[in-house]
Amino acid sequence: MDAIVRVRNLHKAYGNLAVLSGVDLDVAPGETVSVIGRSGSGKSTLLRLLMTLDRPDAGTLEVEGESPWTMTRAGRSVPADESHLRRVRGKVGMVFQHFNLFPHMSALANVIEAPVHVLGLSRTEAQARALEYLGMVGLEDKAEAYPAHLSGGQKQRVAIARALAMQPKIMLFDEITSALDPELVGGILELLRTLAAQRTMTMVVVTHHMAFAESCSDRVLFFDSGIILEQGAPGDIFRRPQHERTRRFVESVLETVR
Amino acid sequence: MIFDWGYAWDIAPRLAEGLVVTLQATVLGMAVALTLGLVLALARRSRHRLLAWPTSALVEFVRSTPLLVQIYFLFYILPDAGLRLSPLATGVLALGLHYAAYCSEVYRAGLEAVPKGQWEAAVALNLSHWRTMKDIIIPQAIPPVVPALGNYLVAMFKDTPLLSAITVLELLQAAKLVGSETFRYVEPLTLVGGLFLILSLVSAAAIRWVEGRLRIEG
Repeated sequence: MDAIVRVRNLHKAYGNLAVLSGVDLDVAPGETVSVIGRSGSGKSTLLRLLMTLDRPDAGTLEVEGESPWTMTRAGRSVPADESHLRRVRGKVGMVFQHFNLFPHMSALANVIEAPVHVLGLSRTEAQARALEYLGMVGLEDKAEAYPAHLSGGQKQRVAIARALAMQPKIMLFDEITSALDPELVGGILELLRTLAAQRTMTMVVVTHHMAFAESCSDRVLFFDSGIILEQGAPGDIFRRPQHERTRRFVESVLETVR
Repeated sequence: MIFDWGYAWDIAPRLAEGLVVTLQATVLGMAVALTLGLVLALARRSRHRLLAWPTSALVEFVRSTPLLVQIYFLFYILPDAGLRLSPLATGVLALGLHYAAYCSEVYRAGLEAVPKGQWEAAVALNLSHWRTMKDIIIPQAIPPVVPALGNYLVAMFKDTPLLSAITVLELLQAAKLVGSETFRYVEPLTLVGGLFLILSLVSAAAIRWVEGRLRIEG
């Protein structure tokens, strides 16, 4: 099966700080990949590059065989124009740690904004779709509410509905439970579990919830100092880690959980 | 020196005509300043340096030269360039351009204050740059800077007497004309001061009202 995401020798530095130092990754269509590792190990940066929020310094990144930043014109590779970038970018969606809802719009308006203006749906169609996804995340009765009047968990549900409404092929989740009160985390993870089980989207999930990573993902990547130090089936990573650093990380997080 | 209420009452209609011109200049000038200011702020942030750099230069130039000089400049130079405008229109243009430079700085602060996460969410939803500006960034950038924009509205209102220098018959010019006919300046000038005071207070209250409305919606 062809990889839907293909990353080769990816490098990224912010100023003098090297964050990614040569990442290789293939993700199969429909696969759910969990990304674990200490903070600062480069997990979120990988997601930012996949979402085209930042440009890689070196290496290649392809979505369905196409780089967002370069395109082929007359047989030659040239820097991508805006329409190429947006066409590739449209295959990817993202949910953020801090929700990033548009505070001046109701939940419904947040969800229909992009379907109307990017996908070109009519308002009626977009609204029907938005209500469907708001229903899926359990918030059909909050459609008219503004973000300021929603709890953290509800905000994140709206953000998930907003991302789903664009029906991306690949969805990136960047520590989406980290800013939530502990009692709200379970519900969001449950929602993620449902999405992963549907297998319609390819999912890359950066998470600190080892139980989620272990039970819901096809593969777990362990990031360490800007590279994927170890990857494999959840059982292998959590019970039979090959690297000393992976073992220590897994132990330390499992201890915190207990 | 005694204030003659009867005389003040007699000249009130003529001052009222001047006041109408002053208000026209303020409202039109502010309309120019608010729209052009936003355009300048956006142009200054543009990724295209050929747009951003000259805009910055224009804003700095306008902010660093006196309004009165700009008014004279437009009044005497525009006709030479083939653009014949009435004195009032020239004045509105000068006031608008001058305050647009100041407003653009205010807008810029507002635009910069919008959290980065809003831009990132817009990218993740694949919104175009223009759509992001129009629907996401500008609506969040403006409400917090309404008080600062309002201050410039009041400042511009108080600068309108400068237009008397280019023969616009606004409030101060009307008062000076009345005074020169009767050699009584106390009443007309006192009325001018009083009217400016009252209207400044009224506009400040109006701005607070707008501010309050914007806050409730969010």
